[in-house]
Amino acid sequence: MNGLFDLPVIGLVFQLLDFLTKVITLNGPIILALATPLALGALCGVMCERSGVVNIGIEGMMLASAFVGWFVAALVAQAMPAAPGAFFGVTPALLIGLVAAVCCGMLVSTLHAWLSISLRVDQIISGTIINIVAAGVTGYLDVLFSTNPMPTAGKFEAFAPPDALTGLPLVGWLFKMFLAQGPITLSVIVLVVALEILLFRSRWGLRTRAVGEHPKAAETVGIDVIRLRYRNVILGGVFAGLAGAWFTLDFGNSFQGGMTGGRGFIALAALIFGRWRPIGAFLAALLFAASSALGIAIRTTPPSGELGRILTSIPEEVFAALPYIVTIIVLAGVVGRSIAPAADGQPYERESAT
Amino acid sequence: MVARLRGQLAVPAGAIVLALLVGAVIIIATSPLATGRFDPTLPLVTYWAIIQGSLLSVNGLIDTVRSAAPLILVGLSVGFCFKAGLFNIGGQGQFLTGAVTAAAVGGALAGAPPYIAAPVAILAAMAVGALYGMIPGFLKAFTGAHEVVTTIMLNYIAIQIVAYLIQGPLRAPGSSFARSADVGNAAIPVIITSGGHQAHLGVIFPFIAAGIIWWLLYRTTIGFEIRTVGANPDAARYAGMRPRYLMMLAMSVAGLLGGLAGAGEILGVSGYMPAAYSTNVGFDAITVALLGRVHPLGIVFAGLLLGAMRAGAGLMQIQAGVPVQMIDVLQGVILFFLAADIVVRRVFRIRAAAGGVAELATVTGTYGGTTKASQP
Repeated sequence: MNGLFDLPVIGLVFQLLDFLTKVITLNGPIILALATPLALGALCGVMCERSGVVNIGIEGMMLASAFVGWFVAALVAQAMPAAPGAFFGVTPALLIGLVAAVCCGMLVSTLHAWLSISLRVDQIISGTIINIVAAGVTGYLDVLFSTNPMPTAGKFEAFAPPDALTGLPLVGWLFKMFLAQGPITLSVIVLVVALEILLFRSRWGLRTRAVGEHPKAAETVGIDVIRLRYRNVILGGVFAGLAGAWFTLDFGNSFQGGMTGGRGFIALAALIFGRWRPIGAFLAALLFAASSALGIAIRTTPPSGELGRILTSIPEEVFAALPYIVTIIVLAGVVGRSIAPAADGQPYERESAT
Repeated sequence: MVARLRGQLAVPAGAIVLALLVGAVIIIATSPLATGRFDPTLPLVTYWAIIQGSLLSVNGLIDTVRSAAPLILVGLSVGFCFKAGLFNIGGQGQFLTGAVTAAAVGGALAGAPPYIAAPVAILAAMAVGALYGMIPGFLKAFTGAHEVVTTIMLNYIAIQIVAYLIQGPLRAPGSSFARSADVGNAAIPVIITSGGHQAHLGVIFPFIAAGIIWWLLYRTTIGFEIRTVGANPDAARYAGMRPRYLMMLAMSVAGLLGGLAGAGEILGVSGYMPAAYSTNVGFDAITVALLGRVHPLGIVFAGLLLGAMRAGAGLMQIQAGVPVQMIDVLQGVILFFLAADIVVRRVFRIRAAAGGVAELATVTGTYGGTTKASQP
């Protein structure tokens, strides 16, 4: 094996493959964790865009939910302190915080639904407003609370899979990746598969896709386009709320202004890359997360030899920018072939019954 | 004319009034955190401090005009793109790349004669900003990648570019923190100074730029074509216009304005660039453009208004104890009411007027790369 590494030029490729394999197998859990907000955000996008509503405001929904989840959990933790439970380290505070985050996600997406479906405001403008208002309000409150610090409610603990599973040769790392996770990340796989099945195998899914592709035709067969769009956009808020809760209750335990760092937009790229399908979007989210993990791994544990010299000579800012660069490449390279739902972004106006 | 003007002004004015009311509710609700006790009069103190700090003194007025300069320039950039049916959220990235260019060129020319150094640094910043703005225009024209996501990604990339350049090649030797060298002779001369408050010559750039943009949009063929593409890309193509070329042109002009704004801040205000230079100008500018009804003259007034809010924020924090981030909240709420103008019109009984957010219906039309405008 080491003989391959010493070959000129091609040897570098083998070294790179070897390094990538190591990074992915060793960092499986962190890759899936980092993919969680992207995948959940993309699911929110699937719900909205499959029914014809563009949602640029996922970033703001996540940010608002992250704040509300953290804040409510901290309040409840003060009111009724409890020891962490055996299962995921749950406390009433964390659960109530999670519910609050989800409610906040639904509330903000109701606002988006009202602006874009009822008022027929341009949907991208509506989403941008949500981003700006969410960043402004959470930034303001964050400054107020940082001068009056509140004890945090802690966070969910990761599930510890039995060593018999994670110690298996070849596939052990996969078990570790998918099982050694907090509850929100664990639920992602279930949600992705469930939404994929519902969208393509259920009556609701057929109706949703009909409304997203050809709302007029859907209306003529008796589907209430406006109502279905409202329902889907608001339910999409559940995913954005979960993604927000991931930031402050699962991955970390505190809130910082602007902590979502553009992940709501990367989620949109994952949605497009995944061709508006839940499983595709999830795989795209894994790709984006892996590129982040790679950047971290090169800084913390660079490979040895020629490859290590090359990689460590690249400024660290390049790796920090990597997910954003990958997003642009994905959008530029794939969008031409990835077709959005035909009525995506078009407000629907019911024809007057005369 | 007067009636038309009143129709144009009513909704923005109503949006501001409603936003101030919502802001008052937020300030009262959070007053225990800001001042330590529940204080229902705090909004009055807050708003009075903003007015005092921005309009009621020469120092305040200087700060207002200086704070408004980048807001107007980037607001014009966003507004110009709106006219072309494009949504430029990349003001921040264009501003930052322009600013870092001005810092680099200005630092290199610090010893050159002032009448060469400053113009060269400004032109370089404009050129780099235009190139950075052209990237999303090119991507949209030739690949269909929607500019909303690509410009935001380029904002994050610009932050990393600045961090790399200022911590690496541009770092001034001997400085205690990562910053670029002083721009020296490349600094834009200060024209007004009063009690430590200064305004540089660059504060007139936005007004010149607004005139040029107005002329370009309403008095030239290119401007007519840009407005046609924005209003109806299909019609524009059938009429023989070239949407791809116009998209790239519009984004480049937008980037140029952003780069100029960045140069003004570095060469006119700070004199150097720190690695952690942070700005929210790209998002503030969206409020400016929409508050100004996407018209150059309106954008000038909207920029001055929001510039006044920024200028008064410092005194607000000192006198009322309300953090300066309250201005972000107010801007966001203004933007919300501008979009949900039906609320404003109901409250103030304003009849529907043309313009404003309603005319921006083509922004989302090109989402997902399915637009015909992006096809040959």
